[in-house]
Amino acid sequence: MQHNGAQIVQGQPKATDVHISITSGEYAVRDALSDLLEALRPLMLDVEEKGTIELVLAEAMNNIVEHAYPPGDQPGPISLTCTPEADGLRFLIKDTGRPMPNGVTPIGLPVDLNVDFNDLPEGGFGWFLIKDLAKDVVYHRVDEANQLTFRLSLAS
Amino acid sequence: MELKSQQNGTMQIVSVHSARIDAAVAIEFKDAMRQATDSGSPIVILDLSEVDFIDSSGLGAIVASMKHMGRDRSLVLAGLTPTVDKVFRLTRMDSVFGVFPTLQNALDAHAA
Repeated sequence: MQHNGAQIVQGQPKATDVHISITSGEYAVRDALSDLLEALRPLMLDVEEKGTIELVLAEAMNNIVEHAYPPGDQPGPISLTCTPEADGLRFLIKDTGRPMPNGVTPIGLPVDLNVDFNDLPEGGFGWFLIKDLAKDVVYHRVDEANQLTFRLSLAS
Repeated sequence: MELKSQQNGTMQIVSVHSARIDAAVAIEFKDAMRQATDSGSPIVILDLSEVDFIDSSGLGAIVASMKHMGRDRSLVLAGLTPTVDKVFRLTRMDSVFGVFPTLQNALDAHAA
């Protein structure tokens, strides 16, 4: 199914894997998020859960757009797989862009707000939000590709 | 990215008429805010009640807008929807801005 540049392959309407593929770009990330939430509708998620999913996935994919395929490089593929499990949703995000510096994800510490007005942070929130909201965040570089996996627990 | 601005005494109300402030529009938002707040009102209330989603780029753009206004003016946030509120709370950025549940709350709090 072709929809706003994102491809969705779905099996049964209930809890099956969701696959979404895009070509890196900020608007393509928007499309992927909207397609993901649409595909997860059968799970009847509440506004809190949807917000968490959208936020973590936005941060993870925006990082890829910004750093794995930085301006100047060719845009490339980003693929997203979401697997519903008993205790939540497991995600795998793959891209073939530049590796994570030093082969690891940033630690994702909270930003320091105890600073002068002019030094208040305008960035550096992304990995903090991912690590704060997701569990079992694991990054691997495999065969020239980046693979990020994590789990989001659901209340129900 | 559509911003609407109205003056209410010494306060300026800037309303965001977009569902998202995300990486795709963060720079556009920052530019629009810069223009909207150049009039110099000491207090600017940013009405976010129509915004469903903000990511870290959008959050950074709001911080940048506040810094551009300068430390002698204040940027106040009103009408945060659940996911927007969550981003401000988790990053503790709600401690940097005045945050009010509704526009009316923000106006009442700043009424002379």
